[in-house]
Amino acid sequence: MSSRVLSVDNARKRFGQAVALDGASLELQQGELLALLGPNGAGKTTLIRAIAGRVRLDGGEITLFDRAVDGRHTPPELGIVPQDVALYPLLTARENLEVFGSLHGLAGPALSKQVAWALELTALADRARAPVKDFSGGMRRRLNIACGILHAPRVVLLDEPTVGVDPQSRDRIYDVLADLARSGVSLLLTTHHLEEAEARCSRTVIIDHGRVIAAGTLSELVEQTVGRYRLVTLRLDASVPDDSAVALRVNGEEITVDAADARIVKARMRDVAADLPPLLERIRLAGRSVEDVEVRGPSLQSVFIHLTGRELRE
Amino acid sequence: MRTLLRIGFINLRRDRVVLAMVFVLPIVFFSIFAVVFGGQQDPATSRIRIAVVDEDRSEVSARIVAGLQNEKGLRARTTADEAGKQPPLDRAAAERLVRDGDLPVAVVVPRGFGGSFAENGFAGGTGPPIQLLSDVSDRIAPQVVLGLIQKVAMTAAPDLLMQGGMRQFEKYGGGLTPQQKAAVAEWMPRLRPPDKTGQASSPTAAGLAVAVDVVDVMRTDNRRGSLISFYAAGIGVMFLLFSAVGGAGGVLLDEAESGTLDRLLSTNLGMTGLLVGKWILLALIACAQLTVMFLWGRFVFGLPLFSHLPGFAVMTVATASAGAALGLVLATLAKTRAQLQGFSTILILTMSALGGSMFPRFLMSETMQKIGLFTFNAWALDGYLKVFWRQAAVWQLWPQLLVLGTATLVFLALARMLARRWEAA
Repeated sequence: MSSRVLSVDNARKRFGQAVALDGASLELQQGELLALLGPNGAGKTTLIRAIAGRVRLDGGEITLFDRAVDGRHTPPELGIVPQDVALYPLLTARENLEVFGSLHGLAGPALSKQVAWALELTALADRARAPVKDFSGGMRRRLNIACGILHAPRVVLLDEPTVGVDPQSRDRIYDVLADLARSGVSLLLTTHHLEEAEARCSRTVIIDHGRVIAAGTLSELVEQTVGRYRLVTLRLDASVPDDSAVALRVNGEEITVDAADARIVKARMRDVAADLPPLLERIRLAGRSVEDVEVRGPSLQSVFIHLTGRELRE
Repeated sequence: MRTLLRIGFINLRRDRVVLAMVFVLPIVFFSIFAVVFGGQQDPATSRIRIAVVDEDRSEVSARIVAGLQNEKGLRARTTADEAGKQPPLDRAAAERLVRDGDLPVAVVVPRGFGGSFAENGFAGGTGPPIQLLSDVSDRIAPQVVLGLIQKVAMTAAPDLLMQGGMRQFEKYGGGLTPQQKAAVAEWMPRLRPPDKTGQASSPTAAGLAVAVDVVDVMRTDNRRGSLISFYAAGIGVMFLLFSAVGGAGGVLLDEAESGTLDRLLSTNLGMTGLLVGKWILLALIACAQLTVMFLWGRFVFGLPLFSHLPGFAVMTVATASAGAALGLVLATLAKTRAQLQGFSTILILTMSALGGSMFPRFLMSETMQKIGLFTFNAWALDGYLKVFWRQAAVWQLWPQLLVLGTATLVFLALARMLARRWEAA
């Protein structure tokens, strides 16, 4: 049975004229891996920093384990993994961990034990004595995470933890996060990668213009937004004739012709087995043949585009 | 080629710090050095200040005292205050003024000088010579005063010199005829110096010299070493500032840029704890830097470090603490590394020039010396000079320690205030 560990209620924050948060609300449950998704400038980092006590809200409330976050201090139950690789490059991996561990109040055997655990968890034990400046991007990211979780926080905030790393390192990072979630740690991470949020996170919160516009599991989001349609894309041997656009309708759903390439036709279908054959027949009657067919299920990408009207990276 | 020039000019125009470094910095330094070393702006106060003690109270000594007072290159005082309202100085009081660094030179006309002059003239005989009490730290002022004493003696009393000469002539060469005596009497008034100017010159005065003993009142055990201490302190303090500012910049700006500052602030450490920790680190580095500098001075140049350890330790801790705190202020003030670099270079070099790190303050005009007191370097250097030159006890360093201590607290408070921008927005 999960229980709420963090709640953000109607968070508001302005920086001069710019509105960073405009009534954002969300909840994080124990052992959950929650993705905070949004385009650049949507307010993700501001929200993370507000939860971390590094940004003072103009309005609204943040509670962590039912205690209000004052916006001046970082609560000890929190672990922060910043977007930048915040490490000392001339120090070794172990030295970096020891420094941040002791600043979190760890000392003696407890510190040694946690350092060993963090090195093991992030698969850096064999590079513990190497200076960070010699590390690859993926290793730095993992050590960046290790420094944030060393003091065994119950809630971990991660700001773009996988930015700029290769797919293998990304998988490794998500394995670490999944391990933590399994052990009962709650994780809130911001990401640009829809596939990551879709594949690796238990729930997703979509934020835009400082507001949360949708929240839930992938299937909940799909139901709430695009519905259970499949997107069928056909590539024809030649352009669709201008006068055939109206004729080409399936179950009342409009067929769209790609504006950039008139040979590509897209259709939304609730039942592909029933709806696709009539469409293929009509194409044949129009004197065209089909070179390629792609059928895609609903994705976070389609949810996101449906909600924000734009691609994530715009 | 045109494209390259265009890129260069656009970058230069848009980076104001670089622009300032290229054009403003040289002008600022030219102006400072012109004022410090040129001294044309304040000719009245660039005169050498001396004390004159007349123990002899003869006509000759009075003439010499008056001559020194009228000398344009000098500001001579005979009383404890410059206004001349207090009682005349005695030898001990004048010596104290020199030892304390208030004046570079004191001139003592000893008892019996006039009598000896009457017998032998300035140069001859075994009478007591004029004494020049000087501070070895100033290599120029005693030499200048020495020359001026000669000039004043010759020009202030040529008639008395002539009278002495005639007496000598009559003693050993026989009496003068009435006609000769009349000629001398007619000629003598022409030797009397014009009032106030002290500028009368006479060919009869040439070729003679007054006996003057130069007395080093500092009585340092190692003059060369003492002089080395000036350079060790001067250069040491300047580089301490550079390294403190560089270190503080690395501490705060680089950490803010890399994100470690944010991470540090999310630990148990608050901003105050962070600043105090960084300040202690910078101060320890600065202490080590000064110690290495003075140890090098000790072993390579014979600087008398070990005989002045307590004073050195106290001054080093005070100087390093204030320098580190100033470094934090500059680092919290600057928004970028480039700003810090440009601004601190201007400030440190200016303070070093005005504060005596490059050129001793006691050789600057009085006005420039006063302006120098607004700099950190001046107080630090004054303290080191007190220790190594004036043989001051630790308690006598209290004015310097008070100023440096207060500066440290003010700088730390200022840095804490400026560091608010890194705290929760």
